[in-house]
Amino acid sequence: METILVLAHTEADGSLGKAALETLGAAKTLSASLAGSTLVVGLIGTEVQAAANQIAAAGAARLLGVAGAEFAQPRYSSDVLAVEALGKAAAATIILAPATSRMNRVLAGATQRLGGRIDTHATGIAAADGKPAVTRWYYRQRMEAVLSRTQRPWVVALESGCSAAFAGAAGQAAVELVPVALPAAHQRTTVTGIQAPSADEQTIRPDAKLLFVAGAGWTKKQADGQAHAAEAEQIILGFLGQTKSSLGSTKSLVDLSGEGQQVLKFMSHLNQIGQTGATPRHAKGLATCCHGEEPHTVGWRFINERRAINLNAACSWAQGKADVLYVADAFAVMRKVNELLAAK
Amino acid sequence: MPYHIVVCGSIVPDPLQTLEPVTSPTGPALKNELMLPAVLDPWAGHALFEAANLAKQHAGSKVWFVSMGPKAKLQQVMMTIAQKVPFELVAIDGPSSGFTEASEVAAALADAIQTIPGLDKAHLLVFGGWESASRGAGVTMQMIGERLGLVDQFQGVDKLTVRADGSLEILERIEGGKHQVSTCAGTPALLGWATGNLPEPPNNPQVGMLNMRTVMPALQKAKPVKLAGEGLAFASVSLPKQRRETRIVKDMAPDDIAREIVEWIKKD
Repeated sequence: METILVLAHTEADGSLGKAALETLGAAKTLSASLAGSTLVVGLIGTEVQAAANQIAAAGAARLLGVAGAEFAQPRYSSDVLAVEALGKAAAATIILAPATSRMNRVLAGATQRLGGRIDTHATGIAAADGKPAVTRWYYRQRMEAVLSRTQRPWVVALESGCSAAFAGAAGQAAVELVPVALPAAHQRTTVTGIQAPSADEQTIRPDAKLLFVAGAGWTKKQADGQAHAAEAEQIILGFLGQTKSSLGSTKSLVDLSGEGQQVLKFMSHLNQIGQTGATPRHAKGLATCCHGEEPHTVGWRFINERRAINLNAACSWAQGKADVLYVADAFAVMRKVNELLAAK
Repeated sequence: MPYHIVVCGSIVPDPLQTLEPVTSPTGPALKNELMLPAVLDPWAGHALFEAANLAKQHAGSKVWFVSMGPKAKLQQVMMTIAQKVPFELVAIDGPSSGFTEASEVAAALADAIQTIPGLDKAHLLVFGGWESASRGAGVTMQMIGERLGLVDQFQGVDKLTVRADGSLEILERIEGGKHQVSTCAGTPALLGWATGNLPEPPNNPQVGMLNMRTVMPALQKAKPVKLAGEGLAFASVSLPKQRRETRIVKDMAPDDIAREIVEWIKKD
């Protein structure tokens, strides 16, 4: 008999975000397939009633909450106590949480306190032979494993975009508040703000339909024997501005920036995808001037439709990884793409 | 203020190697795992370079590098890493596989940290990568922190600034290419590094010679550790099978390609 606790934190407006609703959706499916299981929800935030009302129709046996101004901040020292308290109050055997930066920061520490085991970056959880099994990737998305555990509580952080979000009607929910005292030793850290590029400069857009990937080829010498980094910047930023797509890069290109070669000013390690970067989820991806060796293509694991522009017809992208490979000069093609987009 | 900085880092297969899972008597493993060339995990490397940089700025600081892996592999990786920055190695002779259980690895690393002679826990900073290129779970550092009683923990760190009063300002990666800014009253604290801001230091043979005086003895006395993986069962480990039928377009004019791409982008 499993007790499944769905953990979630409120967003700035007091509601639950998309990732939290997806986790709830996955938990409901799991609960339905595990006979005799109980679904409990645990919420963390300044105020949790609005979030509880949002999921009133989820069918949770209990709605628990840790609330207060000190739990507004995504901070390890306070969040770890909140997660621990909710896990104990629910007597949870399985804890599901969205893989947000806030939860990722704290779930393993809380698992240690609860004496459990944890799996993160899970892309699925389902019942197999009456027992839950988690799917996750190893070696940076290069191999996929299905695993199960006998220890409880078993904490699982679910990646966004892998489950259908819960979409029930809002209602009036009764929340059981779980008191959590915050000792002085847990108040040494204060979150003072968020640093973000201005809207015009922001090149990472997780919710964008399209991922545009720029490779090191943009900074190399072109047919005229010269490098055209300034024009490359203009073309790439122009495209991002018109399509509101998200910008990814290969390690080789962002490393050039880190080594002091100011090639593309807007490019940083945050843009890096692949073996040592992010593995974003987008409906479409367009790769330009990069090659498709395995370490790089892991960044494409979760991109549905993939196209690439490259001068090398023998590029690894031709080896079954992209849907279409255009053998062409990316400068010429993207210049024209920008023209067409501007004209529409 | 001098710091005692302990950096935890694993060794991983060279990212350019092709990896294939196999089933071993102890569970999943990589084909020819012991033959694969190893490198220091990239994020652990960033953590080590940031630690060395911080130690350089604060006289009297010291850096320890705690790593678990097969002795021979650790030695191979140390031949390179030891030339980069000064540190004292604390080696644990155990598996470096991504399929090991994180909580057991954390226990072994935390035990090793607790036995470092002369470690000043009041001035302790524990560094590591926020994830690894093997298991890639981002959980080991948090568990080490809990075992050491560290409740000021930060993950996905790209910048650490020590302020005049000894407090720490830390930038952590959050969603959407943003950073969360926090201040912490001071040490002790644990930081799981993302890439940071430092380039890889060039090889320095003098640093290498200095480090190797402690690296070889540390490897010789590396405590052997066996990880049981208790309660963990893998139903399958497989490479992704999907192979796409790539349409290679060789002779289309750039303008026509552009039109096709724009139509594709616009299509829902």
